[in-house]
Amino acid sequence: MALASGASSGADLHLERLTKRFGGARGGTAAALAVDDLTLTVPAGSFFALLGPSGCGKTTTLRMVAGLEEPTSGRVLIGGQDVTATRAHQRPVNTVFQSYALFPHMDVLANVAFGLRRRGRGDAEAAAREALELVELAHLADRRPAQLSGGQQQRVALARAVVNRPAVLLLDEPLGALDLKLRRQMQVELKRIQTDVGLTFIHVTHDQEEAMTMADRVAVMNAGRVEQLGAPQELYDLPRSAFVANFLGQSNLVPGTVTGARGDLLEVALTGGGHALVPRERSVTATGPVVVGVRPEKVHIAPDAGRDDAGPAANRVGPGTVVDASFAGVSTQYLVDVPGAGRLSVFSQNLGHGPVARRGDRVRLSWAPEHSFGLRGDEDPAAGTLERESVADAVAAG
Amino acid sequence: MSAGQVLAGAAAAEHVTSGRPGGPARRSWRHRAGDWLLPAFAGLALVYLLVPIAYTFAFSFNDAGRSNLVWRGFTLDNWRDPCGAPAVCSAVVTSLQVGVLATVLATAMGTLVALALVRHRFRFRATTNLLVFLPMATPEVVLGASLLAQFLNLRVSPGFWPVVAAHTMFCLSFVVVTVKARVASLDPRLEEAAADLYASPLQAFWRVTLPLLAPGIAAAALLSFALSFDDFIITNFNSGATDTFPKFVYVAATRGIPAQANVIGSAMFLAILAVVVVARIVTARRRRA
Amino acid sequence: MAALAGLAPAPPAAATPPAARRGARWTPYLLLAPGLLWLLLFFVLPLVLLVTTSLSEPVPGGEVGATQPAFRVANYTEALADYWPWFVRSVGYGLLATVLALLIGYPLAYAIAVRARARPLVQQLLLVAVVAPFFTSFVLRTIAWRQVLADESLVVSALKALAVLPDDARLTATPLAVVAGLTYNFIPFMALPIYASLERLDPRLLEAGRDLYAGPVTTFATVTLPLSLPGVVAGTLLTFIPATGDYVNAALLGGPGSAMVGNVIDSRFFRVVDYPTAAALSFLLMALILGLVALYVRRAGTEDLL
Repeated sequence: MALASGASSGADLHLERLTKRFGGARGGTAAALAVDDLTLTVPAGSFFALLGPSGCGKTTTLRMVAGLEEPTSGRVLIGGQDVTATRAHQRPVNTVFQSYALFPHMDVLANVAFGLRRRGRGDAEAAAREALELVELAHLADRRPAQLSGGQQQRVALARAVVNRPAVLLLDEPLGALDLKLRRQMQVELKRIQTDVGLTFIHVTHDQEEAMTMADRVAVMNAGRVEQLGAPQELYDLPRSAFVANFLGQSNLVPGTVTGARGDLLEVALTGGGHALVPRERSVTATGPVVVGVRPEKVHIAPDAGRDDAGPAANRVGPGTVVDASFAGVSTQYLVDVPGAGRLSVFSQNLGHGPVARRGDRVRLSWAPEHSFGLRGDEDPAAGTLERESVADAVAAG
Repeated sequence: MSAGQVLAGAAAAEHVTSGRPGGPARRSWRHRAGDWLLPAFAGLALVYLLVPIAYTFAFSFNDAGRSNLVWRGFTLDNWRDPCGAPAVCSAVVTSLQVGVLATVLATAMGTLVALALVRHRFRFRATTNLLVFLPMATPEVVLGASLLAQFLNLRVSPGFWPVVAAHTMFCLSFVVVTVKARVASLDPRLEEAAADLYASPLQAFWRVTLPLLAPGIAAAALLSFALSFDDFIITNFNSGATDTFPKFVYVAATRGIPAQANVIGSAMFLAILAVVVVARIVTARRRRA
Repeated sequence: MAALAGLAPAPPAAATPPAARRGARWTPYLLLAPGLLWLLLFFVLPLVLLVTTSLSEPVPGGEVGATQPAFRVANYTEALADYWPWFVRSVGYGLLATVLALLIGYPLAYAIAVRARARPLVQQLLLVAVVAPFFTSFVLRTIAWRQVLADESLVVSALKALAVLPDDARLTATPLAVVAGLTYNFIPFMALPIYASLERLDPRLLEAGRDLYAGPVTTFATVTLPLSLPGVVAGTLLTFIPATGDYVNAALLGGPGSAMVGNVIDSRFFRVVDYPTAAALSFLLMALILGLVALYVRRAGTEDLL
């Protein structure tokens, strides 16, 4: 099945110092900086995710790429051409909207053929039918959107966008309204369609799992800026800021100070006592204050009284007291209060028949130094966590 | 007052007024009385509403001469020859012509105004809103009188075209209010989707906005026609020698209204009733489905 | 899927010159122009003209109806002095008709919105019945009432036979007939907004009231009535404003003693041809109505009628 491979189908997208400011003195409301000096490049034919919490500016960025929003400053270049001044209907960009935005007064086929007809394609109907086959909805071509289920509407919206073979295809949280099972199914579908057709997909979402499973590259956005950009595994394994560390998965973050070095490893004295080793290449800073981080699934938990088979070079903290132990089938999540390090969470695969520790037990925690990462000393260890997010939401909404 | 406060007040009031919740026997007597009292009252009210219609209908069969005041005998002649009395049919035709013209003009202009008011931000938006609303709040006597003064001043004699102008004016307000509601309920994302799919603003308007507004525009047009057809006061001030149906009936009232007017009135009633009943049944069926 | 290879990708748009994005700024004004112009020409200007007419004075020695521009405020004071009883009567009839329409229209709307809720077909048909009077001409309806209330009519004869009315009672050409006619014509205007308000009432609120030990009367007074207030306000305004300015009912159903201001204005315009007084009366009427409405709206607290 010879299909046009990625590079020649989609085009690459380059955002240069894109900024969007809303409101202003005349309106009486304080000006809000939705997107702040954003610069990034999306290679042609790749699946790119813009990930971030609500209000971080990802949807605004998307709308500026689509031409539905005018940037306050900066440029948008598609395939090397500056399209900043063009209007939405003149750009080779199509969007799959969060609410699908299917035209209720047209049937499915007319919806899908809409863009082709506006561009004067003679074979609009045939092409629309093919697109519907691509999303496996050819049998519903005569129905009205109101007669379709949520999942079907979503696929029609996708077909309507894909059929135009745009240089860049934008997806604005398209899976948000679907139930879990359907969402998983659609994630696989989207990825398949993207690789088969070879378009450049830009997927906006606040679901980090979704971004990591589908995207080739992910940009984590926060407050209008890109915090970190890279392949999902890169971002997960080596976050460069507390926000990324907490937003993608979970992290244990403990502040401390670099006291010395032992070969490639930095020695860190944790505030409140305790020590940890961090590989120099995995730390943002090599001197002074630092925040040490480790993912909960990398931490090993053992009863205090038991054997210590963690190994000589392991990071050890404890003994601490188990505050909570939540059994989740595959794993058990522990919350342990460790004097000198704070409250740490541990995900432990349930290899045995029961939990390793119960509430109130005294335990020791350890992990391999190569799993530690170091962040800037002035980072807020709670940035990007759920509580912080909901406060931010409340502040933004209020 | 929030619903919550209201409920709290209800609970408090009940506790104060009754020492204990009423026993089952007493409640059911009161309930039984209350059960039929309201529907009976409503029924009477409906009868009250329909009495004049019944009278009009009945007297359309009256074998009256020129004055349809006393019952003389039953006849179908009036129905067979509704244009028998002079001037009745020409008045109806005039009313229809005025109605159609005023409706077309008011609906076209009103839709554009509604779009501007809902979709765009511009200076004096609040003032425009008020200006559009004012004709609805002004007594018809004042509207009619002021228009007459205007036409006299411009040396335009009252007649057909001044009436059309007047009707268009007050229908405009109603059209704007009706269409505004519909525009407000239109998802702006749909027009964005159209633009995203290569439709220029004009194409988006023609292919997406207008079709979706159609029901609201149709309702506004219907309302406008009904208001225009039935208008008397403003028409009376500005029509001079031209007669619309309501004016004809009013003027004829002193002399005696020909039974044919009753026929026209009843025919209108039955026709509209049929259409509306069918539409309502369809709506009810759809709601149940 | 192989067929997809035939579908060429869309070429990127050629760099276009900065499109007329700012042209969108003119769109609202273009949209508004025809409608606003019409309103200006046929609503605002006439009202302005009415003001100037109301201040003008008759040309001395001129033909009947000829006026010249002036600033004769005395027109207003004289009109008021001469016709204040008519104003009182108009407001009185209007208020009475509004109250009666409320007393009849609210239970009607309640019966349809709440009681018939379970049967949508019945609801729709009842609504048709309420609106049905509109299907015939307003003038015809009012004249029909004149026939209904006439001495020889079936209804009156029946009532006299039943001794509900004394034998020599006259119903036509009385204030009673005028108010009855006004009330009748505006019941739908009152009932429909109240219906709309009640229809939106969540039945679970009423259930909650009962759950909290409120009897049916208490539930109504403390839950239903306050929540249906926007409809009541809308209905009273839609009734009072036209009712007070009406003159058709007074002309057809009333006698000389029950004339309203509208009748005076009509006669001043057409029979007596006294434009300044007629204009002054019009303005006084409008000011009176708007003043009362403003007071009412402020007390009711619902400014957001638009």
